Amino acid sequence: MNLQLVLEQILNGLQLGVMLFLMAAGLTLVFGIMNLVNLAHGSLYMVGAYLATTFYRWTGSFVLGSLLALPATLIVGVIVEVVALRTLYERDHLDQVLATFGLILFFNELIAIIWGRVGLFTDLPQWLSGSLDFGGGFSYPLYRLLIVMLGFAVALLLWYVVARTRIGMLVRAGASNRMMVAALGVNIRLLYTLLFGFGAALAGLAGAMAAPIYAVQPGMGEQILIQVFVVIVIGGIGSIRGAFAGAIIVGAVDTLGRAFLKPALATLISPTAAQAAGPALASILIYLLMALILALRPEGLFPARGH
Amino acid sequence: MFRNFTQVLVAGAIAALFACTPAIAQQKLKIGFITTLSGPAGIIGKHMKDAVELALDHLHQKVGGLDTKVIFGDDQFKPDVGLQVADKMVKDDKVQFVSGIIWSNVMLAVEPSVTEQGVFMIGTNAGPHELAGSQCNPMFFTTSWQNDETPEAMGKHLQDEGVNDVYLMAPNYAAGKDMLAGFKRYYKGRIVDEVYTKMGQQDYQAEISQLRAKKPKAVFVFYPGGMGIQFVKQYVQAGLRDKIPLYSAFTVDETTIPVLKNDAVGQWETRYWSPDLKNAANEKFVSDFRKKFGYMPSYYAAQSYDGIMLIDSAVRAVKGDLANKKGMIAAMERADYASTRGHYTYNVNHFPIENFYLLRAVKDDKGEVVMRIQKTVFKDHKDAYYKECKMK
Repeated sequence: MNLQLVLEQILNGLQLGVMLFLMAAGLTLVFGIMNLVNLAHGSLYMVGAYLATTFYRWTGSFVLGSLLALPATLIVGVIVEVVALRTLYERDHLDQVLATFGLILFFNELIAIIWGRVGLFTDLPQWLSGSLDFGGGFSYPLYRLLIVMLGFAVALLLWYVVARTRIGMLVRAGASNRMMVAALGVNIRLLYTLLFGFGAALAGLAGAMAAPIYAVQPGMGEQILIQVFVVIVIGGIGSIRGAFAGAIIVGAVDTLGRAFLKPALATLISPTAAQAAGPALASILIYLLMALILALRPEGLFPARGH
Repeated sequence: MFRNFTQVLVAGAIAALFACTPAIAQQKLKIGFITTLSGPAGIIGKHMKDAVELALDHLHQKVGGLDTKVIFGDDQFKPDVGLQVADKMVKDDKVQFVSGIIWSNVMLAVEPSVTEQGVFMIGTNAGPHELAGSQCNPMFFTTSWQNDETPEAMGKHLQDEGVNDVYLMAPNYAAGKDMLAGFKRYYKGRIVDEVYTKMGQQDYQAEISQLRAKKPKAVFVFYPGGMGIQFVKQYVQAGLRDKIPLYSAFTVDETTIPVLKNDAVGQWETRYWSPDLKNAANEKFVSDFRKKFGYMPSYYAAQSYDGIMLIDSAVRAVKGDLANKKGMIAAMERADYASTRGHYTYNVNHFPIENFYLLRAVKDDKGEVVMRIQKTVFKDHKDAYYKECKMK
């Protein structure tokens, strides 16, 4: 096992991690502050990917297409919040699960009606499609490296907004005690709508970045959503810091498990047994981790304060 | 008197006509066609449904010369739903044939229930080994293949080419393991590694990094549907397309080429059929299909078209007497119809004995990405299970 390969897999893990973080940030805020279980968050990711691809085709520019997809997904998010979710805040979680599951079906069919069941194809623009050579025969795809950097930049920006601005203060206050914030004269309804739209835009950003490397197709949001739920359970619900830590941990554990668990097992048990056990164990590794965290720290690694 | 006589005759004729009508009405052919129409796999179902409609057009809506009603059912990719849909078709709609079915697990749920009730099951995709071997059944026919045969052909090809150091990858479920087992039945060279990934996985970057580090001479994968799109796209983005040749089964086809486009170019696949197969039936099928639906048909479509044509040949052979099941079985065993794959025969287990070809995705002169036959790998290939079949 050489060092380059390990380094490459760590980068792969980080890349998956920041994608999960962009999804988890929105979901955890909505869940932690608005107390809303939103299964349709994956649909917003899908909408982001479709819009980015479509705008990319119209404008001919990948960057412009992705930038346009952000406000567009934000608007979709706001519409969903105003039309469908507003009535659900006071209902119990089971009703919310049912309603937002309905939204998943709605969005999948809507997308299939507008864009068809065959997925969309986006190619990376020429300037992004190469690999960056680090010397010594070690290279890494430029675009994936860009995703990692962009993910960290967004994380930093989010931290700044949540920790240092007035709106961030309201968000944190809302997470701690919603009633009190409302009683102090803050328009909590508007705050909710904005927050939801903002979460949607982050999911849209994840979708836009995923579009050139994954297949853009109906139902693409559900697969990532399950991992995102694992992230916010591990990280602690309602906490941006937790979402970031959880996402990086899940990304790394999943990637490194898929890459190195089988060879590692083969040194302990027979290769045929490792052949059978390796992939099975690798695919449940993040769930085992989640179970462990739930047993030791049921509130997650970095729970939102005041709960 | 004479006038009365005429009246009696006319009345008699009318009465006779009325008496006959129910008998004619009974001779209406009903076919239940089950596929997946919803969800991401809905694209395969669309190919199959469109092919059935084209077959009906070609037969002027009369399969076997009888008025025909085709009832489409959606199994939603679930065996239990498939079984419910089939039961309703058999019990309520009183179909004489159930056809279609993409997935092996759905087929294994549906087939016993349908054939037990004396209804024909004409599979047009799934070919689980159980039905080819121990569970074979006279009321079951398929117009496709046994699952193992396609990867067997690729194994044979790489063996013939003397390629060593092959890296194998498939999703971690029953069909994935069967596919790699089929490949290894004919490939006897060195295998670098055999990797199973999570079902429905999206990102293969970690696996591709591992693959590159092992420096194989060739890669063979089985990634159907959306997984294939992801894998091939990421394989190309990793810059491996020109470095390590990628061979596959059921991964790059006419349902995924419209999404993959240029990323598909250079892909090797094995198959029993190709749009460029030269025979009159296939040329008519491909050109009419493209004219009517505006896209290139896949093997899913070709098999489904053949399914309706096979039923047509059976009903014609018994002159529309749908009660004559023995006669229809005998007729179908002859495979006496113009199949899109050209002439083939049926083995004792009612699976085709057919050719398998090596195909490559290339750009044609119009710049369109298409699959083209490169060579014949197997001639009149039989599946590995027919000897276990004891047909009653």
